[in-house]
Amino acid sequence: MPAPRSLSSAVAIAIVRLAAPWIALAAVFLILPTIFHSGSALTMLSLIGIMIVFTLSYNMLLGETGLLSFGHAVYYGLGGFLAVHAMNTVIRNALPVPLLVVPLVGGFSGLLFGIIFGSVSTRRAGTVFAMISLGLGELVASSSLILRGFFGGEEGVSTNRTKLLHVFGLNFGPQIQVYYLIAGWCLLCMATMYALTRTPFGRMCNAVRENPERVQFVGYNPRMLRFIAFSLAGLFAGIAGALAAINFELVNSAEVGAGQSGLVLLAAYIGGIGSFIGPVIGAILVTWLEVMLSDVTDVWQLYFGLLFIGMVMFAPNGIAGLLTMHAPLWQARAYGSMLRLALAYLVALVPALVLLAGLILVIEMTYHLSVKMSEGRTISVFHVALDSGSAMPWVVAAVLTCGGFWLFRLTWPVVGAAWHVALVRAQAERRTK
Amino acid sequence: MTAPAVELIDLHKNFGATKIIRGVSLAVQAGERHAIIGPNGAGKSTLFNVISGRLVPTSGTVQLNGEDITGLPPHQINRRGLSRSFQVTNIFPRLSVWENVRCAVLWSLGHKYAFWRSIEGLADVRERTETILEAVDLTDRRRVQAGVLTYAEQRALEIGVTIAGGAGTLLLDEPSAGMSVAEATRAVALIRKVSSGCTLIMIEHDMGVVFDIADRISVLVHGQIIASDIPARIKQNSEVQAAYLGGAP
Repeated sequence: MPAPRSLSSAVAIAIVRLAAPWIALAAVFLILPTIFHSGSALTMLSLIGIMIVFTLSYNMLLGETGLLSFGHAVYYGLGGFLAVHAMNTVIRNALPVPLLVVPLVGGFSGLLFGIIFGSVSTRRAGTVFAMISLGLGELVASSSLILRGFFGGEEGVSTNRTKLLHVFGLNFGPQIQVYYLIAGWCLLCMATMYALTRTPFGRMCNAVRENPERVQFVGYNPRMLRFIAFSLAGLFAGIAGALAAINFELVNSAEVGAGQSGLVLLAAYIGGIGSFIGPVIGAILVTWLEVMLSDVTDVWQLYFGLLFIGMVMFAPNGIAGLLTMHAPLWQARAYGSMLRLALAYLVALVPALVLLAGLILVIEMTYHLSVKMSEGRTISVFHVALDSGSAMPWVVAAVLTCGGFWLFRLTWPVVGAAWHVALVRAQAERRTK
Repeated sequence: MTAPAVELIDLHKNFGATKIIRGVSLAVQAGERHAIIGPNGAGKSTLFNVISGRLVPTSGTVQLNGEDITGLPPHQINRRGLSRSFQVTNIFPRLSVWENVRCAVLWSLGHKYAFWRSIEGLADVRERTETILEAVDLTDRRRVQAGVLTYAEQRALEIGVTIAGGAGTLLLDEPSAGMSVAEATRAVALIRKVSSGCTLIMIEHDMGVVFDIADRISVLVHGQIIASDIPARIKQNSEVQAAYLGGAP
């Protein structure tokens, strides 16, 4: 009988199609440590994995449901704390629990607190929701300094991830084992969160984001949709927090704080909240910048802020938005005009880098003069020793900044024209095909 | 005798000291096409908002198929089989036409808040969405973002979203507002088609549309129904002519 057979093969093809990106991603996760095998690279990859889960969980609120939360670290941090306490309980009583399942504790904690706090905060959307999330964040952050038994005060709560039940001969001492644990959970969470966007619930979250009032008149309660989204976002944030607890073997009060809540907002927004891949890009970039920048400058958060402002002003759809903007050109295979567009970008990039160099000089010298004068006036920027107290570096910085901006501004029409030409060509070629 | 599809009993709605709806009683029988007309500011849209749960009445009762629905939230009223459209197009502008309609069929097919099953795999949802798009003649525009549709297309989508849940009672708020004569003619045909077998209550300014579609007409002036009758007699009613039709012969 050919009919059922073709049906089952169609189903098989559909399943392969669905699974293929995830299998490819699993392969990438698997081979990444063989390419980046230094200790610091492994640490970075682990941090990225944690941040991807955390940022995607945040985007379930911001991007999918249209809820701007200023307190998402609450569920991340509480997930971490409960995971650490669970690990210590397991160790103390020698319970037969492997480390692999500890993220579940974080997930359940995040879900539980998501349900508790969500039942209060999701009654309203918009500004009211944002304010309540801020208040709840402050509430938990301040109690973390009061309830010292649970939060461990200033120094936090530490644990030892190697003392849990060993399965498959894994003791999770080496970072590579921790990396694979994080990668596995990251993959699972990514696939689940992606699948959630393709369910009746996920689609109605989009509808609530677009027009909560109309949702009511097609039979749905927007409050219930927001509440479920909030609880599930708490669950995944809790898993991320538990992964962080396993990675650092330490959780402190900073993890429930406003800084962490702000970071995840930045990551989601910079990556792009309008697509599933955006927050992933944001998580990778922000983690990488955080690690790299904090090595070279004390004021790395300032650069973060500048990046954020730049994105909000010039690319509100984030990096993913910038990429998808170019999708029509790819689809039309308009390689000639794409090349010209790339050249135009290069032309604009040079003065942009000059402007950036000038800004960095100004920021670093200002910071040095105002905070670190005791170390002398000489600072090293880009491996060049500069006397921040003399006039010359300031003049150079001013010239670079102003001149860079002026030149950059001149390139805008060039880029705009190249973009316009490329888009028109792409549309024309598309029509002829 | 079966209960009326919609029955309003001495309905009042005040905004502060301002009385907008001042004692409206009205029974619309099942299967009836009922038009509500009246001058601007008469309270027609407020009346719709009270019936559909967008506003809670100050006093009085709203019954749907004999059941008291006064003060229920909109989604619960919708689930009981009353669906409404809006005078100012109220759709999901950044979702595709397809997704707009699909969102509106989900609840009535019992999928509720399901977060454990893929929406693409739901054959009933797909079929129903296709049927609705076919009915409102937007099949070719299914992939387009709703916000970039033409005005007439958006109005058609508004009706599509309204009827998608298969509600037995439809409230259409000025479905032909802002349309050209040709567009309004098409809208009338569409309304006829989608409201067959349903109870229809519509607010409408275009008298051509009203007399074309309605079985009965109620005239609302200053928050009160001054006449409620078949179209032929409404035309002749001197009170109505003085209050409303006289202004636009």
